[in-house]
Amino acid sequence: MSSSSNERNLVVIQLSGGNDYLNTLVPYNNGLYYDYRSSVRIEPEDVLPLNDEVGFRGNMGPVKRLWDENAVAIINGIGYPVPNRSHFRSMDIWHTALPEDIGTEGWLGRSIREIDPKGENVLTGVNFGRGLPRALGCRGVPVASVGNLETYGLFPDIGDENLRKYALDTFAKMYGGANGGDAVMEFLGQTGTDALKGADILRTAPEKYNSSVEYAANPIAQSLKSVAQVMFADLGTRIYYTQHGSFDTHAGEIESHTKLWDEVGGGIGDFMDDLREHGHAENTSILVFSEFGRRIKDNGSGTDHGSGGVAFMIGDQVNGGMYGEYPSLEEEDQLEGDLHFNNDFRQTYTSILEQWLKLDAEPIVNGKFEPFGLFSS
Amino acid sequence: MSTSDLKLIAHLMRRAGFGATRQELKEFVSKGYESVVEDLLHPGDPENLPDDLIRRYHPDHSELRFLYSAAGYWLYRMITTSNPLEEKLTLFWHGLFATGYSKLNQARSLLNQIDMFRVNGLGNFSEILLQLSKDPAMLLWLDNNDNHKGAINENFGRELLELFSMGIGNYSEQDIKEASRAFTGWTLGNVDYMAMRASKDSIWPYGRIAWHFEYRPDDHDNGEKTFLGETGNFNGEQIIDLIAKDEATARFVSTRLFQFFAADTVGEKEQETIESMMKSYFDSNYEIRSVLRTLFNSSYFKSEKARYSRIKGPVEQIVGAIHLAGSYSTPTIGIEEVAQQAFYMGQGLLEPPTVEGWHEGEEWIDSGALVERTNFASSEVGNLDSPGVRTMIQNICTNNGGSMSPETVVDKCLDMLGAFDVSEKTLSALVGHVSRSGNIDLNDNDEFENSENRLAEVFRLITASPDFQRA
Repeated sequence: MSSSSNERNLVVIQLSGGNDYLNTLVPYNNGLYYDYRSSVRIEPEDVLPLNDEVGFRGNMGPVKRLWDENAVAIINGIGYPVPNRSHFRSMDIWHTALPEDIGTEGWLGRSIREIDPKGENVLTGVNFGRGLPRALGCRGVPVASVGNLETYGLFPDIGDENLRKYALDTFAKMYGGANGGDAVMEFLGQTGTDALKGADILRTAPEKYNSSVEYAANPIAQSLKSVAQVMFADLGTRIYYTQHGSFDTHAGEIESHTKLWDEVGGGIGDFMDDLREHGHAENTSILVFSEFGRRIKDNGSGTDHGSGGVAFMIGDQVNGGMYGEYPSLEEEDQLEGDLHFNNDFRQTYTSILEQWLKLDAEPIVNGKFEPFGLFSS
Repeated sequence: MSTSDLKLIAHLMRRAGFGATRQELKEFVSKGYESVVEDLLHPGDPENLPDDLIRRYHPDHSELRFLYSAAGYWLYRMITTSNPLEEKLTLFWHGLFATGYSKLNQARSLLNQIDMFRVNGLGNFSEILLQLSKDPAMLLWLDNNDNHKGAINENFGRELLELFSMGIGNYSEQDIKEASRAFTGWTLGNVDYMAMRASKDSIWPYGRIAWHFEYRPDDHDNGEKTFLGETGNFNGEQIIDLIAKDEATARFVSTRLFQFFAADTVGEKEQETIESMMKSYFDSNYEIRSVLRTLFNSSYFKSEKARYSRIKGPVEQIVGAIHLAGSYSTPTIGIEEVAQQAFYMGQGLLEPPTVEGWHEGEEWIDSGALVERTNFASSEVGNLDSPGVRTMIQNICTNNGGSMSPETVVDKCLDMLGAFDVSEKTLSALVGHVSRSGNIDLNDNDEFENSENRLAEVFRLITASPDFQRA
């Protein structure tokens, strides 16, 4: 395993369920916004203005601080042609970079394959959460999926530490060693041995970690803390993935969306502090995305599924500023009551892959897309 | 009861079902192998809670538009059914005619398709293809609602031949076009209403109401077609008849059934069994029941070589472990979490990755999936509160009582987990594990809690073994 402390990391934060763009980056000087959003709205006095037109919702202070430091790129009106308003399908499209066909290979799975073609490090890509997002899925590419770093691995429900250790010893004996030429057993044995090895390495990360940053107790802040622990342990991980939700705010949006952004915004602020404290801010960038935005007109209590959305690229090597265009709210510019996208998400992927990870983007995102200049180096 | 009879029936139940408990095996052995095969092939009342009562008393199983509640409902059916082959075969058809939630956004339509597999799955293959061609979920999934007279959409026609019946290389591109023409006008009854809903209701673009099949004669291409060398004014029904009678179809269906029920890899020697399955296919006028009877009664299937030659899919692993533990015997909200477990392991029910279904065999296993599989099965059989686990411990107590050597303990635990066999290496690791704390004495009341914990530990480790990943 090569030491990779200077190699570039990508952290992806998925906002699952469809983040409400209009109530994240609020067009607080636009009367149409207040006309359409008669109840589910952010009042002008609750906005943190970025310019005369738009501002962050009031509880995005930690992100606003990073914006002021020129560390936040806002990609306005991001989407893809012929928007799909199904969570599953739209998320699949973002994960596979294939809007028209149904694909199985994730864009980050492909990236991991490029970074580590022989699959030498089982931890090149790590997901923090249960199951494997399709973005990381790619045949033959090992990726670890970590629910809880403290109890990660086999037999997490055996409480007694000694008993668990004995069980792991027996597991190692069952899976290790020769298998008398049975090819399937050889394969199972190798996989089980890899699983134990990955778990052993990952479990060392929290022990090595020492930081003055205190993350909040919510799931996304804790996941970002786990990302920091694995990153600082220098295990060769390059791609980190996590998600938070549910942003599917059909009802009670004012309360739930506020809580969600308290958690995500706070988590990102703490994570950036942690990166800077440990000298990893220069080689780490964070992508924040959601599968779609939400309807322009509210439904009285929340908002329904929409199309065009917003993504953020955050980091000390990011060229802070506005990218894409804030979509028009004029009726004739709308798409079936939704914001019209004006840039393809694969342009953002292409920027990340080519400018940040230094990979050939075309085969990964299934085509040639004009990148933004999201990074300063 | 001979050990070899017991092991043979245990093998049959792992393949034709999701495994059997020790008590079930005892009953099956007394019936005899061929009679158990016939019972499996003639399912009766599934004996689980009827749907109307499930819906009334278990709202968590009622919101069947949602993926996880729908998948959980089906898992509940698999866990509690008294017709294991009916559910196992339904899982086979689901993998073969893979239709996914992501495009439909309507899980109820998928459950209707699953029910169609339950009803027709053992029957005539041309009837199965006919029902499939009229199935609303399939029509939308493969865009046959966009397949119009004069403007064909080949998606359904192509997959019908390539993935569902004949296999690539047995028809021409022209055959695909002609089949597609024959299926023009086969669409959904309420597309206009659905389009209207879609513009108003962004969450359920295809609507909240049940879908139904509709044949539109005005949109059907009535022209002459040439398909697989025969010419006529074919409609979809005739296309299916021509497919069903083709030898390539008999081979395709028999091979796929063989791979799912008998062995992950098909070698030269196994072709003989497949040939006899094909013969049954034609002799019975394409009846799946006859094809499976031939397979289950074949000398290959019953041979030692066939044992443990398949890697269990995630759903088999989950349902099998739950069946042994005796948990989830009534509908509970927890079943949605179990449905998600299957996703973590790589087999989300009702959400196959593509129309090709899942890649099976070794592709089920990677280090992440192995951890999930092991942790799930281990926590099921390690739970001393579960009725099935209590029964297993009770049986060991009743039949042994006294002090048991580590070898005896492991032997008894393997027997309780469905007369299961493990390799010498696994066996010695398990015996070594028990030896660490010596004999287990179930008569020693002061030690009873410790003893049953130790038995549960052995159950856990058996399900965590590489051997247990196979069936």
